[in-house]
Amino acid sequence: MALRKEAAAIAGIGQTEFSKNSGRSELQLAAEAVRAAINDAGLEPADVDGLVTMTVDPNDELALMHSVGMEEVRWTSRTPFGGGGSSALVEHAAAAVAAGAADVVVIYRAFNERSGNRFGQPGQGQGMPNLNWYLPYGLDTPAKMYSLWFQRYMDTFGLTNEDFGRYTVIARKHAASNPNAWFYQRPITLEDHQNSRWIVEPILRLLDCCQESDGGVALVVTSAERARDLRQPAVTIVGATQGNVINGDTIFNYYHPDNARFPQAEYAARQIWESTGLKPADIDAAMIYENFSPVVFYQLEAYGFCGLGEAKDFIADGHIGLGGTLPVNTHGGLLGEAYIHGVNNILEGVRQIRGTSANQVPDAKHVLCSAGPSAVLLGNG
Amino acid sequence: MPRVIAPVISRDDEYFWKGVAEDRLLARCCAGCGRLQHPPTPMCPKCGSVAWDVRELAGAGFVYSWIVSQHPTQSEDAPRVVALIELDEGLRLVSNLAGIEPADVRNGMRVGVEFGEIDGVKLPQFRPVTGGLS
Repeated sequence: MALRKEAAAIAGIGQTEFSKNSGRSELQLAAEAVRAAINDAGLEPADVDGLVTMTVDPNDELALMHSVGMEEVRWTSRTPFGGGGSSALVEHAAAAVAAGAADVVVIYRAFNERSGNRFGQPGQGQGMPNLNWYLPYGLDTPAKMYSLWFQRYMDTFGLTNEDFGRYTVIARKHAASNPNAWFYQRPITLEDHQNSRWIVEPILRLLDCCQESDGGVALVVTSAERARDLRQPAVTIVGATQGNVINGDTIFNYYHPDNARFPQAEYAARQIWESTGLKPADIDAAMIYENFSPVVFYQLEAYGFCGLGEAKDFIADGHIGLGGTLPVNTHGGLLGEAYIHGVNNILEGVRQIRGTSANQVPDAKHVLCSAGPSAVLLGNG
Repeated sequence: MPRVIAPVISRDDEYFWKGVAEDRLLARCCAGCGRLQHPPTPMCPKCGSVAWDVRELAGAGFVYSWIVSQHPTQSEDAPRVVALIELDEGLRLVSNLAGIEPADVRNGMRVGVEFGEIDGVKLPQFRPVTGGLS
């Protein structure tokens, strides 16, 4: 069983601008985002007694406390799996609140991922045991590693890169009307997508790849009861889970019998549906982690929004745009808004429940934030 | 950055690279229950044994999936075909395909192992063999 239903709520969100060159330290980005989230909740730094971030985040908890003025913190934890753990951040924070380990937990993620350490460059992670089996063969970037998984999906279900392009066009359309987005007012056509250069031919083009971004985001998690008394409408954490499975890497899983499927997301989906009693038709919008566009296809299928191999038709038929049955990545996603390691997706989920998104889905009551091997389902409390 | 990112060898996978040095494709085989394991783990996930034997694999299998890696690791280097190989023993491993143009690669194609050296790093490579699709 996953986390107890409505164990906690999100009471505040904050962020810096999203850019390609922030011009300041990663710690400053983190401090600015955290301060903004605390202010948004109507709390003070001294109210915070818990901190959660990713294992890969460069910002030390103590350094952040010193900067923001958080006087005493009694709970810290970090989630593994990089962006795949972005929704797990919320699970950690909610679990701490539910267990009484902390009353007010701040989640933060901040980096200069474009102007500083760029994850997409060859050879990142050398020395990690799993990468020993990939890097020497020239499987040396995330785009290539993921494409070796995507190729099986495309071959199994008969997709071309143009099918992936139809997702990108929608993400960029959503970004175009989101002032927070790097690609604000810059929509693309399918032709633009098809004219972008190959990264891994014939699988990924440039416009299938997430951005590289500088920026910071933060969220404040507290009990649902307390959140209801704070400044913003409470956004309840209806469900939260991780979906780690044997033999998988963080997201792809070369050793699973069927690489046209996403076993981590299938496991997370099972946990989410069973623990919340909700079903795909109950979801008003979904924020879906997409370091690369095909990952959206696998996740739509893993959660049962459509059948296996049907995501290309689901997308082509207009379901995931504004006004569709399941608007996806209404902020533009990691392709259109920014790559803040998926945590910016959760902020958009919160805005949808509050009714404050730039691309608001009318009367959104349930929003799924799926990050592959972790997920959180948000509701209006 | 070198042309080939050399493996960082650990206690858990040194048997594999010793095998490669001798033109042998090796996998860990659990001394307790006989399970073949790749990538290697220090403990058998089936029976919990930490005692491992090494077994030489036949080096025959098929292409499960594949990509073309453009400018692998260095911008001026020629493309290499990277494939996920499913071996007849039921294990999968990532390697390269040699002796074939990308346009001719198909999932299910039968391949066999050989050993090659790239920029001073010896690696298992696979080459198409007659026998057609798996």
